[in-house]
Amino acid sequence: MARELWEGNMAIAEAAVRAGLEAFFGYPITPQTEILEYLSRRLPELGRVFLQAESEVASINMVYGAACAGARVMTSSSSPGISLMQEGFSYIACSEVPAVVVNLMRGGPGLGNVAPSQGDYFQAVKMAGHGDFHPIVLAPGSIQEAIDLTILAFDLADRYRTLAMIVADGSLGQMMEPAEMPPMRPVRPPGERPPWALTGARGRLPNVITSLYLAEEDLEQVNLRLQAKLRRIAANEVRWKEYATDDAELLIVAFGTVGRICQTVVREARAKGLKAGLLRPVTLWPFPSTRIAELAARVRGMLVVEMNAGQMLEDVRLAVEARCPVRFYGRLGGMIPLPDEILPQLEAMDAEV
Amino acid sequence: MATGQDIPPDMEPVYQYPESLTSRFTHYCPGCTHGVIHRLIAEVIDELGIRERTVGVAPVGCAVLAYDYFNLDFCEAAHGRAPAMATGIKRVSPDTVVFTYQGDGDLAAIGTAEIIHAANRGELITTIFVNNAIYGMTGGQMAPTTLPGQVTTSSPGGRDVRMAGWPIKMAELIGVLPGAAYVTRQAVLDVPGIRRAKQAIRLAFRVQLAGLGFSMVEILSTCNTNWGLSPLEALEWAKAHMVPYYPLGDTKVADAVRALMEQA
Repeated sequence: MARELWEGNMAIAEAAVRAGLEAFFGYPITPQTEILEYLSRRLPELGRVFLQAESEVASINMVYGAACAGARVMTSSSSPGISLMQEGFSYIACSEVPAVVVNLMRGGPGLGNVAPSQGDYFQAVKMAGHGDFHPIVLAPGSIQEAIDLTILAFDLADRYRTLAMIVADGSLGQMMEPAEMPPMRPVRPPGERPPWALTGARGRLPNVITSLYLAEEDLEQVNLRLQAKLRRIAANEVRWKEYATDDAELLIVAFGTVGRICQTVVREARAKGLKAGLLRPVTLWPFPSTRIAELAARVRGMLVVEMNAGQMLEDVRLAVEARCPVRFYGRLGGMIPLPDEILPQLEAMDAEV
Repeated sequence: MATGQDIPPDMEPVYQYPESLTSRFTHYCPGCTHGVIHRLIAEVIDELGIRERTVGVAPVGCAVLAYDYFNLDFCEAAHGRAPAMATGIKRVSPDTVVFTYQGDGDLAAIGTAEIIHAANRGELITTIFVNNAIYGMTGGQMAPTTLPGQVTTSSPGGRDVRMAGWPIKMAELIGVLPGAAYVTRQAVLDVPGIRRAKQAIRLAFRVQLAGLGFSMVEILSTCNTNWGLSPLEALEWAKAHMVPYYPLGDTKVADAVRALMEQA
């Protein structure tokens, strides 16, 4: 396959199509509406399902229904719309049906603005809905990675019968980069839906998909099963990228677009003689805590950089367990931290730790 | 699972469980009409021969455990979202027959957006809407369909329409939408009404099978427990108070549905 110039939103949409997406349900919201627009043309031409819903609440419940029917399904939105979908996330998690959600995060809280942000880290990683659960959360740092992680999201959602979420700041959706699209996978025929799917009780006992367990003992067992699954995911699916960490004394931890900006910071710091390195979590849940703990034992300090007020910072501190100082630099409201702001932070830390 | 009783060889069964019902005891209060409505739906599904390709969507409300009582593939929706869930199922599996079973809080309050837009899109699903003018499961609070002056645990002085608005006539509201092919209001308050309700449910499913559009049967029902009446008094109260406000009959019969009625 050749490298082509792809806009982020369209790249995610086409990657989902290549992954065997059977149905998309969504509602327009900036800065990710191009995903919906792209699929409104692309899916019908392939004989697959596209539906613009009346709200994000309806979208996620359509996704829930289609997932119960055993179809490969997804929706996409941006921060305020994701808040509306949280009801559905919780039901999907408890019902253990696979679904993929994309969040191109924008500035908040409230209506906020349509500029890039990472303000929904807590929402995605800590509290995607009521009750005890985590979605798998994937954070691409480039358009190629957005394509690859979209494919992975479907595979992980299927493998673990869970919600997989792609979170990126809005800039990734709007920018263009050369990237390579994988070949088209065949769509699973309706006759090959999973055995648990609601397809009509033909020659078997009825399948029931519910998140209601009125007896405390039953619901505790369901929760224990979900927790065991989460532990399996945490053991097998942690992903991250490292740059120049072999001899690093100062480690930057940043995800998504900021992680990429910080590659430039590491280069510039090295040019100035600072032994800087970067760890970029690719899965935000599960979080690369073990690796961060290992690095904490041998670096002088860590600098967490985010487009929020310090959210992933808490997970880094939990992993570091005070083995080294952890500093933070963040911009808010849709402002993007740039290398010439971040580098002085690193230099200050170098002087102090 | 349920298919009835052992029948001696010299006897012929004249009445038994429909195959589409399980034999589990329901949790419904004695005197409640949900059981009658469940049975009508199950009989219709059996008679149309569609049990093995039907998927039901249960609501939040008294019928939240409906999936225990139907011998069908079933899922349990979030409160009010059954029409959206049904949309998702039907769109990816057009050969299945999909129905929602919803109460008045589910359909006429928290799920108003979902039902109106599903109907307006002409989703090929069937909705059974059970209207008993009260929230049963949570213990008798005011519903969107509670009558003016009706006393509930959250309208202790009776529903004051100046504060709480008027009861919503959903069959009329949905009936005006172009995507709705067949919308009717029936009641299960006496035997002739039960028979007419079954005919309406049957037609609603046939409308879906023929691909004519959205179909909904609103069914006036009772909640003797939360109304504070005996089962018989509740039936009479519904006839005296609900039927005058919620007139029985069709609010939408598309031309194609009329042709279907004549075929039958």
